[in-house]
Amino acid sequence: MQQILEQFQSQVRAAAAGKRALRIRGGGTKDWYGQRIEGEILDTRAYSGIVDYEPTELVITARCGTPLRDIEAALAERKQMLAFEPPHFGEGATLGGMISAGLSGPRRASSGALRDFVLGAKLLDGKGEVLSFGGKVMKNVAGYDVSRLLAGSMGTLGLLLEVSVKVLPVAYREATLRFSMNETDAIRKLNEWAGQPLPISGSCWHEGVLALRLSGAQAAVDAALRSLGGAHGGELMPDCDRFWASLREQRHAFFDGEAPVWRLSVPSTFGAIDLGPQLIEWGGAQRWLRADGDAATAQRIRATVAACGGHATLFRGGDKSAGVFQPLAPAIAKIHERLKAGFDPSNIFNPGRMY
Amino acid sequence: MIPAIPVDPERRQQVASALRAVLPARCVLHDPEDTRPYECDGLAAYRQLPMIVTLPDNEEQVLAILKVCRDLKVPIVPRGAGTGLSGGAQPMADGVVISTARLNRILRVEPYARTAVVQPGVRNLAISEAAAPFGLYYAPDPSSQIACTIGGNVAENSGGVHCLKYGLTVHNVLRARVCTIEGDVIELGGEALDAPGLDLLAVFIGSEGMLGIVTEVTVKLVPKPAMAQVIMASFDDVVTGGDAVASVIAAGIIPAGLEMMDRTSSRMVEPFVKAGYDLDAAAILLCEADGTALEVAEEIERMTAVLQEAGASAIAVSQNEAERLRFWSGRKNAFPAAGRISPDYYCMDGTIPRKHLALVLSRIEEMERTYGLRCANVFHAGDGNMHPLILFDANQPGELQRAEDFGAAILALCVEVGGTITGEHGVGVEKIDSMCVQFSSKELEAFFTVKRAFDPGMLLNPNKAVPALQRCAEMGRMRVSGGVLPFADLPRF
Repeated sequence: MQQILEQFQSQVRAAAAGKRALRIRGGGTKDWYGQRIEGEILDTRAYSGIVDYEPTELVITARCGTPLRDIEAALAERKQMLAFEPPHFGEGATLGGMISAGLSGPRRASSGALRDFVLGAKLLDGKGEVLSFGGKVMKNVAGYDVSRLLAGSMGTLGLLLEVSVKVLPVAYREATLRFSMNETDAIRKLNEWAGQPLPISGSCWHEGVLALRLSGAQAAVDAALRSLGGAHGGELMPDCDRFWASLREQRHAFFDGEAPVWRLSVPSTFGAIDLGPQLIEWGGAQRWLRADGDAATAQRIRATVAACGGHATLFRGGDKSAGVFQPLAPAIAKIHERLKAGFDPSNIFNPGRMY
Repeated sequence: MIPAIPVDPERRQQVASALRAVLPARCVLHDPEDTRPYECDGLAAYRQLPMIVTLPDNEEQVLAILKVCRDLKVPIVPRGAGTGLSGGAQPMADGVVISTARLNRILRVEPYARTAVVQPGVRNLAISEAAAPFGLYYAPDPSSQIACTIGGNVAENSGGVHCLKYGLTVHNVLRARVCTIEGDVIELGGEALDAPGLDLLAVFIGSEGMLGIVTEVTVKLVPKPAMAQVIMASFDDVVTGGDAVASVIAAGIIPAGLEMMDRTSSRMVEPFVKAGYDLDAAAILLCEADGTALEVAEEIERMTAVLQEAGASAIAVSQNEAERLRFWSGRKNAFPAAGRISPDYYCMDGTIPRKHLALVLSRIEEMERTYGLRCANVFHAGDGNMHPLILFDANQPGELQRAEDFGAAILALCVEVGGTITGEHGVGVEKIDSMCVQFSSKELEAFFTVKRAFDPGMLLNPNKAVPALQRCAEMGRMRVSGGVLPFADLPRF
């Protein structure tokens, strides 16, 4: 592995000397995400392997090129999981790509986001130096929390070499209820239920049907099934694991077809948004929208969600020239530029992938 | 410890009059009689009179103070309730303290959205009290929660005894409104679950007041569990106790609280709280379940079985709320109890991978002999965060120095086994030299990159948390030549 690391370092140093862009790439399963960029590929897949996994410490440490499925398999063997339920979006998804994209799945609203589980990271910066932040322990306030900053940074601050992630046990029992419900009622119910001690671990509303996943202790799930099932007419959904996996991987029918996919991140309490067909997750806080990706539509969508304190991402497809991500306030953009210039002074890592 | 630096009266006059020009007179304190209460925080061994203390009433005044300090190049030390244990709010002789004492309003509690919007000077517990009528609370509960403020919690990324299950401040804050030293007001995070761009909120939380001044915080509120029960288990040796913790986790249980005390600690607290601790046990483990009655019953049964299997010599389960609080009382009162049996104590805060617990405890025992001081150990066993309490008497010549050396040695040991020098108390001024042990000069440089991205003039709490490279270099040289760190001879500023 040392040899591969040295190859990375020489590739980075050469790129920095020539001020040439590098495109950091693992399995390439999320190539479509973010702004389109040019540059020589830096393939992370050779730098692979689980470095350390201590089930009783709830921490796994692995190199960036490690296939996500290997990590999930190792965890499953010990009845543990990545609680943020990351989407793979393809066979070869890697740990490094998962962290850099920073995406979380259906369990996000209850268990937390990917960034909440990042404990430590090793980074190769723009000068070819290996830097280590955070660690393998859950509580650590020595120095700024740079490893969490790397989550979702789209590879723009450096090459992620190794990451330590907190893991959690899988629930003793899991079940899914299905309700017939309109959009407004579903949003209201989801917010009301979230304020009660119910073991909700996922939600999905689409075309008049609300699916609600419950996970936890046997007694907790059984009690919730009784109260929600009885009072609100929920029915048990068979084969629910497959449903949640298809939602996570966007193989659900809602995502079929060529129309661009928008991701709206809004306060969960925000009412129905009149922009086009939607699928609602995360208790109302994440809404997927099929709508055009042109500049005029983008502006309309962004203005609508910004008004409620949210933001919109042109997630898949569409015309990326208007920007994939919601524009930043100037004072925030200034901080971004300084961070980028500090970690990557020659501007070689995925330049422009985010903004 | 070093002698305090005198305040330059001329400079004080100049800065005070500039501040009085933009603030009501009652918001600017500069008479030593008025500024004396600010000379230290919870790390009381270090005292320094600030040049000036400001108490802004609102965000406009915060911006005005920042502008004066920016124009006159005056360093700023933000301060909440001053309960911090690492000297993060320690004043500077040439600096202005910005106290959040008057920014103490709860602006909104939104039960439907399960959020509260509060000013930074609101006390941690006051948030949960305001949310209680709705069956909600703010989860992070540092032991100082009756006094400490949410602004201070954001600065330190505070935890608490329930953070294994419910997370730290970073997991429970949705948004921070921040005044930058450059005069911008920025929103980090938001009321949605994420924000566009880099996750600046994540890096801001725990930044020890070095990146900006918080004027508003939106926190997440969570449903209050219907009930809780705690198991008190005794172990004949600490290794068995540590292994029992691993077994609980391996069984797929995340207890609401998971705490361990060694015999020195239980014997120290028992006369004080009369919790009924087993004083013969080498280690006592407190293991809490919360949720609905059925859920708790299920988890208590499961944990009891695991603890018995793991070799607990005695097990008691709290039968009512009064008993539960009594079981916890000793753990929660460990620090005051230390103050009762010893004139002074020094609380450490390293985190270790739990598998190294036995090694670390036995090395600490050796150090007790080396430094000639006693040490009691309380331990957030679920997450590996240790709080060794070094007992000493500052009136005995050399004991404070020995306590500090003992503490630094414990922190070096935590780093050696793959842990960290601070789990939740922060670096502040106290552990700034130990940062040189944990991080390379390149990593410290990266921290300065973050610092300069928010504060290019390096005016916000500039002498805390991240040591200047030359300081580490100097420390390294001294260590090589002397073998022992002469902390007292090093400048603290």
